[in-house]
Amino acid sequence: MTGAAALALASHWRRHPLQLFTLLAGLALATALWSAVQAVNAEARAAYARAAEQLGAAGYDRLESRSGAFMDVAAYVALRRAGWQVTPVLEGRMRLGPDRVTVVGIDPLTHPSLPALDEAAGRVQPGELLGPRGLLLADAGTAARIRARPDLPPVVEVEQIPPDTIITDIGLAERLLGLPGRVSRLLILPDQPQGIPPLTEIAPALERIDAAARSDMARLTDSFQLNLTAFGLLSFAVGLFIVHGTTGLAFEQRRPVFRTLRALGLPARRLTVLALAEMVLFATLAGGAGLVLGYLVAAALLPGVAATLGGIYGVPAPGSLTLRPEWIAGGMGMSLAGALLAGAQALWRLRRLPILAAPGQHAWGLAAARTDLALGAGGLALIAAGGLAMVLLDGLIAGFALLAGLMLGAALLLPPILGLILRLPLPRRAGAPDDPLAEWFRADMRAQLPGLSLALMALLLALAANIGVGTMVASFRLTFTSWLDQRLVSELYVTARDDAQGAQIARWLRPRVDAVLPIRAVELRAAGQPVFVHGIIDHPVYRDNWPLLDAAPGAWERLARGEGVLISEQLARRSGKWTGARLALGPGWERIVLGVYADYGNPTGQAMVSMEDLLEHARNVPNRRFGIRVAPERVPELIGALRAAFDLPAGALIDQAALKARSLEIFERTFVITGALNILTLGVAGFAILTSLLTLWSMRLPQLAPLWALGITRRRLMRLEILRSVALAGLTAMLALPLGLVLARVLLSVINVEAFGWRLPMHLFPLDWLRLLLLALAAAAVAAAIPARRLTGVPPSDLLKVFANER
Amino acid sequence: MNARTLCALMIAVLALTVQTPEPARAQGFAGLGADAEGFAPVRPGVPLRFPADHGPHPDFRIEWWYLTANLTAADGTEYGIQWTLFRNALRPGEAEGWRSPQLWMGNAAVTSARAHRFAERRARGGIGQAGVTLSPFTAWIDDWRMEGPDDLSRLRLRASGSDFSYDLTLQARGPLVLHGRQGYSVKSAQGQASYYYSQPEYDVSGTLVLPEGRVEVTGKGWLDREWSSQPLAGDQAGWDWFGLRLDSGEKLMAFRLRGASGDFTAATWIEADGTATALAAGAFEVEPLETARVAGREVPVRWRIRLPGRGLDVEATALNPQSWMGTSFPYWEGPVRISGSHAGRGYLEMTGYEARGADAAR
Repeated sequence: MTGAAALALASHWRRHPLQLFTLLAGLALATALWSAVQAVNAEARAAYARAAEQLGAAGYDRLESRSGAFMDVAAYVALRRAGWQVTPVLEGRMRLGPDRVTVVGIDPLTHPSLPALDEAAGRVQPGELLGPRGLLLADAGTAARIRARPDLPPVVEVEQIPPDTIITDIGLAERLLGLPGRVSRLLILPDQPQGIPPLTEIAPALERIDAAARSDMARLTDSFQLNLTAFGLLSFAVGLFIVHGTTGLAFEQRRPVFRTLRALGLPARRLTVLALAEMVLFATLAGGAGLVLGYLVAAALLPGVAATLGGIYGVPAPGSLTLRPEWIAGGMGMSLAGALLAGAQALWRLRRLPILAAPGQHAWGLAAARTDLALGAGGLALIAAGGLAMVLLDGLIAGFALLAGLMLGAALLLPPILGLILRLPLPRRAGAPDDPLAEWFRADMRAQLPGLSLALMALLLALAANIGVGTMVASFRLTFTSWLDQRLVSELYVTARDDAQGAQIARWLRPRVDAVLPIRAVELRAAGQPVFVHGIIDHPVYRDNWPLLDAAPGAWERLARGEGVLISEQLARRSGKWTGARLALGPGWERIVLGVYADYGNPTGQAMVSMEDLLEHARNVPNRRFGIRVAPERVPELIGALRAAFDLPAGALIDQAALKARSLEIFERTFVITGALNILTLGVAGFAILTSLLTLWSMRLPQLAPLWALGITRRRLMRLEILRSVALAGLTAMLALPLGLVLARVLLSVINVEAFGWRLPMHLFPLDWLRLLLLALAAAAVAAAIPARRLTGVPPSDLLKVFANER
Repeated sequence: MNARTLCALMIAVLALTVQTPEPARAQGFAGLGADAEGFAPVRPGVPLRFPADHGPHPDFRIEWWYLTANLTAADGTEYGIQWTLFRNALRPGEAEGWRSPQLWMGNAAVTSARAHRFAERRARGGIGQAGVTLSPFTAWIDDWRMEGPDDLSRLRLRASGSDFSYDLTLQARGPLVLHGRQGYSVKSAQGQASYYYSQPEYDVSGTLVLPEGRVEVTGKGWLDREWSSQPLAGDQAGWDWFGLRLDSGEKLMAFRLRGASGDFTAATWIEADGTATALAAGAFEVEPLETARVAGREVPVRWRIRLPGRGLDVEATALNPQSWMGTSFPYWEGPVRISGSHAGRGYLEMTGYEARGADAAR
């Protein structure tokens, strides 16, 4: 009996292979998008964890200066001489070829064992690490770049070191980084002697940070990953709409089979179990396919993520994708849970299926009025909850809670609102006769709403997300380019081979151009993070072109007098220091924040002091880069003259246009992943409409047959079908617009600030909306066309049969 | 000598090659048989000058300030303490900051018949974490300190580990003793040598802080000073060193270097008034009588020591056979009791006893 019942259930799928495909594809898509995001996140997390472990940061409490600046090596010695067993770490970024790499300097004598050092042990001569030339440890990729630089010490390849990272002796690190006598942090070793004085007594300027506190990198990129996860969940939800639609359809269509099986004596429990087993089987199949697909999507997305992590946050990026068991388990779990969630309603109805009840093709429609009320109340409650979260919580979580509340609430409100719109009386010319077909059309749309509502919700979410994210990215791009125009004022940028050549070039240039602006900076630690401190000369070009978001009166004059510092928005937000606050840039070097400037797209914090101030407090400030003000038409000639006069390395001369292009390219790379997910979500939503319409199709025939009998041609009916779908999609798109704009607003003023560290003005792009609207209409038309085309092919006899045999 | 624990040399190695004992053995214990290229050579006939020679000699590869003491508590419990500062140069000379080629290592221990507690400290030169200065004399690493006037007539000695600490005052009784030929101490038949002098007679008093509580102690201390650039011959794998203080007031410093081509011994006999005599090669005979299993290896813990010319025939027995210094370069160092023709107390140091089999890994 059970076998026969299973066969009977399976026969449905044999006869409806498209439905089977839709169900499997929906589940697979949902699983794929979700697990792709998870895979990317897992790789990123693994990269940080590996970095933290390799750099010896894992497992030890650490001491950092309260001001967040570098500490002096004297602070280390003082603690040691008081008995504290601590070990110093100096960390900074160094230019290597076109990119920057992280240099981690440790004291091998006092530092606890490092996996990387153990790996290198067999291949390194004792004492070489501390030898006069020193030794660098790096992975193969970084090692190759190091070897290309003959001025750097020899390198030993150690696979365990994260990419773009060099581990070396602290003595060599301070020379490479130009940070003599500086220490980033002290690790507190586990074995401390008896009777040492408390830290508060000997090192009041240092702060003890628990080993359990997460690494800077993980904290920094949390927001980014949360962002990805939110996208993943959105995709998953949209995918579930598809599955829900299909299972609903399959249930409706198999109702007679279920009734027959029950009537033949199959217990309700066994029938439910069979249906459940079928669901689990599908979930497993689709989950497996989804995992494969997800793996491919993740592999495609990973370079974009790596670019974002490296470009925006300056953290080691995940290298390649590996298959992790937890990822596979998670993907399959989500697939199963999703399938059961989507199929729960069908299973529930199956369990309570009255054997003898009449076929319920109107069931959805009858319940609609009640449902509308519940949906409306639920939607409003969700929106209110999101708003409340914004008030009660803060930061990124609040932003996401608000977004989730808004999006889900709006999605729930969609069917009641559409229902209301469709109930509005049609504007009618006075005296014009009733148009019964138009009335039927509207009534039919209302009747179809419940069946289509899930697909429309998916469309609403996808469209709103698209508008919101699109507006955010486009606003960003607009702001960024105009900011670049303001900021990149020099017509030509020169990088010399070394400081000596830099000085020569500057001397040579001075009589030939309008101004030579030296670009000199060192990387320091301030407010607990790496900060590039630039020294600027007193020149009107800065005050005329450097847009300040916030400034004290006479900021530029005071900066020139060496009284203070201007800092970038990222630094201000991360450190909470705004105009008027004091910022420590190093021991004995504390300055008032005179203003804050926008610095979009920069991974590290930036600060500007007067050149004199910088040179007085920082040693080994490179003097190799210059911005040159000169009439634009003289640039090519000047480039030729410079090349003729000096032996300049490749890429040493960059004109303004090239630099802008390069900056924009970095910007675009950053948002590749956002764009990709956006398109995928929209694609899934289109698919959801298609499946819903296919679902409804089987129930349409009895409703269309009377119209055909009344004389409306099949072709006309097909056009009406398509029109109906397009109209619903259009209405949904209209409603998605305000929702998308609210989403953009939240993204720009809440999420962006948290995730990237800058606030952006919002710009509106109506042409983009129009494009999106057309895309939605087209998707709806295509989705409706497929089932509607069948209508034209239905033989009249089938339409007649409708009257003969009620299901 | 106290050709002691030259471990220092390879401090640099330890970060990288703690787990590769083979190459180290080929060059003697802790690489001490390595070439001395670039470093100042040890030559006979160079007079030692004080107080300058109490300070560091950065042009020589290795150097140590080595203090041991046999102490007794009021209840009669015997203790031994060790305080050692090793200097090891990667290259001759000194430099400021992290570029300094000088590496420092401290070892400290408190030993009783029941427990042996030890600790280790490591430091780079050039930054002030460790070093030795004069006027006044200060030798330090982290918070461990040995300090006093430049003539070392009085010293204050402090060290601490996770389960012990001590704070002792030392008062010298008698002159410095120069070993070998006026401080030129030969270490092998091929002529390897070091500069080596001692202050073998300190009165010691002070406090040990142990897990069981504070213990007031008094006793006798012995300071060794030694520096060299290549103190071992290539085939010498380790040594046994004795610093014995007899109840008669006489003292004996004696060592045996164990080489593949035979042992090399040397000794200094010190009269009660501090007059020192370097004994002829072969005058000192030593023979292990009993071993104990310590840290996975067999280590002699009872010795027969004979100076036939002086009528000395004694046994030296470890107060605690498990006086193992499980430091970066492990060795055995602990107090001994003397019985036989003479009675007394002293210190024993043994290096180069290799672990066997699987135990070698630890």
